[in-house]
Amino acid sequence: MSVPRLELRHVTKRFGPVVANDDVALTVEPGQIHAVLGENGAGKSTLMKIIYGSVRPDAGEILWDGQPVEVDSPHEARALGIAMVFQHFSLFETLTVAENIWLGLSSLVTLQSVADRIVAKAREYGLELDPARTVYTLSVGERQRVEIVRALLGDPRLLILDEPTSVLTPQAVERLFVTLRQLAGTGCSILYISHKLDEIRSLCHQCTVLRAGKVVGVCDPTVETTASLSRLMIGADPPRLVHRAPRPGGLALEVSHLSLPKVDRFGVALDDVSLEVHEGEVVGIAGVSGNGQQELLAAVSGEDARAEPQAVRLFGAPIGRLGAGPRRQLGLHFVPEERLGRGAVPGLSLAQNLLLTRREAVRELGWIDVRRLLGQARGILGRFRVAAPGPRTPARSLSGGNLQKYIVGREIDAVPRVLIVAQPTWGVDVGATAQIRSELLSLRDTGCAVLLISEDLDELFEVTDRLYVMARGRLSPSLPTAVASVERIGEWMSGLWTRAPAAAPGAQA
Amino acid sequence: MIRLEPRAAPSRLMIVLSPILALAVTVAVAGILFASLGKDPARGLSVFLLEPLRGVRALSELGLKATPLVLCSLGLALCYRSNVWNIGAEGQFLLGAVGGGGLAMWVTMHRVAVSGWGFFPFVIVAGALAGAAWAAAVALLKDRFHANEILVSLMLVYVANLLLAWLMFGPWKDPKGWNFPQTVSFAPETTIPRVFRGMRLHWGFAVALLAAVFMWTFLFRTFKGLQLQVGGPAPAAARYAGFSARGALWTTLLASGGLSGVAGAFEAVGPMGQLTPHVSTGYGFTAIIVAFVGRLNPIGCVLASVLLSMFLLGGELAQSRVGMPAALTGVFQGVLLLSMLAFDALVNNRLRLGGGLVRSRARDPGRRARGGEEIVRDGHLAATASRQGPRT
Repeated sequence: MSVPRLELRHVTKRFGPVVANDDVALTVEPGQIHAVLGENGAGKSTLMKIIYGSVRPDAGEILWDGQPVEVDSPHEARALGIAMVFQHFSLFETLTVAENIWLGLSSLVTLQSVADRIVAKAREYGLELDPARTVYTLSVGERQRVEIVRALLGDPRLLILDEPTSVLTPQAVERLFVTLRQLAGTGCSILYISHKLDEIRSLCHQCTVLRAGKVVGVCDPTVETTASLSRLMIGADPPRLVHRAPRPGGLALEVSHLSLPKVDRFGVALDDVSLEVHEGEVVGIAGVSGNGQQELLAAVSGEDARAEPQAVRLFGAPIGRLGAGPRRQLGLHFVPEERLGRGAVPGLSLAQNLLLTRREAVRELGWIDVRRLLGQARGILGRFRVAAPGPRTPARSLSGGNLQKYIVGREIDAVPRVLIVAQPTWGVDVGATAQIRSELLSLRDTGCAVLLISEDLDELFEVTDRLYVMARGRLSPSLPTAVASVERIGEWMSGLWTRAPAAAPGAQA
Repeated sequence: MIRLEPRAAPSRLMIVLSPILALAVTVAVAGILFASLGKDPARGLSVFLLEPLRGVRALSELGLKATPLVLCSLGLALCYRSNVWNIGAEGQFLLGAVGGGGLAMWVTMHRVAVSGWGFFPFVIVAGALAGAAWAAAVALLKDRFHANEILVSLMLVYVANLLLAWLMFGPWKDPKGWNFPQTVSFAPETTIPRVFRGMRLHWGFAVALLAAVFMWTFLFRTFKGLQLQVGGPAPAAARYAGFSARGALWTTLLASGGLSGVAGAFEAVGPMGQLTPHVSTGYGFTAIIVAFVGRLNPIGCVLASVLLSMFLLGGELAQSRVGMPAALTGVFQGVLLLSMLAFDALVNNRLRLGGGLVRSRARDPGRRARGGEEIVRDGHLAATASRQGPRT
C-alpha cells in the first residue's frame, strides 16, 4: 500500500466549550479527490485551517508523506506543497491578475515572468485568464480562476478547495470539475470541502463525513446515493418541504424600468429592471452574486433611495424616494444577506436588535419598555426555535443559522405585507434551512408577497413559484418555476436570454 | 512561544479586569521611573497616588478636577459610540469658558444684580450654547462637504485657543490688570455655589454626576440612544434599519460640544473667577483617555475621571514635593491608555503558551478529551511519536 499524501490522527480542536474537531482522522492518497462533507458548523473549515497551518490543534498529529510534521503557519504549509483556495477571495480589486499573484511571490521574480508563468499554467489546464486584466473587471468565476492558478503556480501536492462552487453557475462548475480531474490525474491530491451532495458524488473518489466535529463515516461517494450521504451528514433523513400551489392575489411590489448608475466603480449599474411580486406568491431571483442583486435590493428596501418615485411601487404607491424606515411602516420588510453588521448589530443583545426593525416596545418620548422588549424577543426565540441562552445574549455569540432564524423570525413576526429575503440559508445548517424555507412558504400562504434572492438553485426550485434571473445588472423575464430547468436558468445566469418566454410575467395571476 | 487565539465569546472578566491590570502596569512603570530618576519609589508613589485622596480638602480638589473630565468624556463617549470622531472637546471647552466667562464678565461690568443660585443656570446655558456652536461647525463641514471630523475638530482647538488669546490680549483685557492677559475678576455673586464652606468644590460636580446618569439612561433606555449607537459599530445595520446618519452626526456633536462647553463655563466661573488664556490644562484631551478607560460607558467615565484626576493632582504634587518633572502626568496617562488597549486584546483573545505541537496523551477513544488533557512540550513529543510508530 502506498504512503498516504496526508494523514491526520486524533486531531482535536476546542474553542472554549465548543469542540470544533473531536479526535478526527483523515487519510488522503496521492492523486485522490477527497471530499470532506458536513453541515455548516460540523468542523470542516477548522480542520482545513489546521492542515493549512492557520489554526493549531489542541491534540493529534499530522503526517505528510508518512512523516510527522508540524504546520505552524500557512507559509510552512505552502513550503510542504499544500495550497488552499478560500471561499472568500483575497484579491486586490484595483490590481491586475499578474500583480495580485506577484504580490505573494518573492521579490526576485519580475512581473513579466509571473505573467508568462500564469499564461503557461492557465493554458496547461485549459483555463482562460488574461494576466493584464484588472481584478474588478472579472466575474466571480474568473476571480476564482485567479486563485486557482495562483495555487497551481506553486506546483502543489495537495490542493484544498473550500466550497468552491457556491459562487459559480452550473456551467462554470462543470468547467471547474474538468480542471480538477486533470489536476488529480497529475498526482496532486485534492481536498474538496462541500455540503453539495451531487457534486461530491460526481467528482470525488473518497468522502469523509463530519458531524458535530466527529468523523461519522468514510465512504466511496460514487456508490452512495444522495439520500444515504445526506443521512450520514445530518444523522437523519432530510426534512421534506410541503409545497402547495400558490394562490396569487393582487400586485404587491412592482419595479418598473429601474435604472441606476453604480455607486462606486466596483458596483453594478442597474439596467432597465422590471419585476412584479403578487400577494401570496414567492418570486425568486436567481443569479451569481455580484450581478446587481445587492443594488436591486438596496433600491427596493430603501437603503438606496435614488430611484425615481414611480420606479418602485408598493401596492400602487410610489416609494422610490422613501427611506428604509418609511417603507417598513408601509409593510415592506427585508432580511439582508449579511446577518452580522447589517441584519443585526453584533455587540447589541438580541432584544435590542429587535429595535432595528420593530417599534412595539418603544413608548412615548422614545422610552424603551425593557420588559416588553425582552418578552417580545423571548417570544421570537420560542416561536422560531432559536437556540440562544436568552434575549440578553449578544447577537454575535449566536451561530449563523440561529441568528438567521432570529432575524427571519423578527421580520415574519412583524406580519409583513411584502417580505424580501436575500440568501436566507447561506451558511445555515440543514435543519434551520428547512425551517426557514417552510416559514417562508407558510408566510406566503397567509397572503404575504415574498421575494427571494438566492444563489442556490436548489433553494429557488424548492421554494419559489416564479423565477427571474439576474445577470450584469439586468433582469430576465420571469418563468414559472414549474417549467424552468437548471440548464435554462444556468444559461440565463450568463445573461443569455433573448426574448420573453411564452408565459408573460404575472400571467398566472 | 506565546500566541493569541480568538475566544469563542468576549471575556466579561477581562472587560472589567483590563483597566485594573492597566492601572497595575502604570503603577509599576511609575515605580521604575521614580527609581531610575533617583527618587524613592515608595514615597513617589504615595505622593502620586495616595496624597490626592488624603483628607477632605484633597477630595474636594479631586472632585473639582473630575468635574470637567466627566462632562467632556460623557460627550466624547456618546460621539465615539456613534462613530463620530470628535477629538476637539478641548476647543469646545474653551468656547464654553468664553461663553460662561463672558456672561459673568458682562454681569460684573454692568453691575447686574444676581445671586449665585440664580446665575448658575445661565452659566450652564451660556457654556452649552457656546460649546455646541463650536461643535456645530464640525458637524456642518462634515455634513455639507464631507470634511473629516477628526481633522476639523482638532484644528478648531487651535482656532479656539487663538480666539481666547485674542480676547484676553485684546477686547476683554482687564483695563486695571497691569496689562496681564486676563479679564476682570468676576463679581463674587456670579461664582457657582460651593458644596462645602471654604473648599473649592462647587455644585457643578453634582451637575456632572447628574449628566452621567442622564447619559446612561439616554444611551441604554431610550430608542434615540440606541439608534445613535447602531451607526458606530454597524453602519450597514443603521442604513438597513433606516436610522439617519446625519441625525446621529448632529445630535452627538451638539451634545458633546454642549457638555464640553458647560465644563469650560464651570471652570471659568467656578474655581478661576476670571478668564485667562490658561483656563484649560488640557481637560478636553485628557477626556479622550477618560472616555476610553471608562469603556465609553457613562458610569465608567465617572470612575475614570476620578482616576485621571488623581493623576493630574498626583503629578502636581510629585512636582512640588518630590521634584519630578511636570511631564510625569502625561507619561502616566499615556502608559495607562496604551496598556489598557494592549490588555483589551485579551477581551476577544486568549493567550496560548507552549512552543511545539500540543497534543493529548489520552488515547483511549472512550475517554472524553474534555479536561483530561495534558499539554506536552516538544521534548516529550518525540518519545510519544516513536513509541507509536508508523501505522500501516
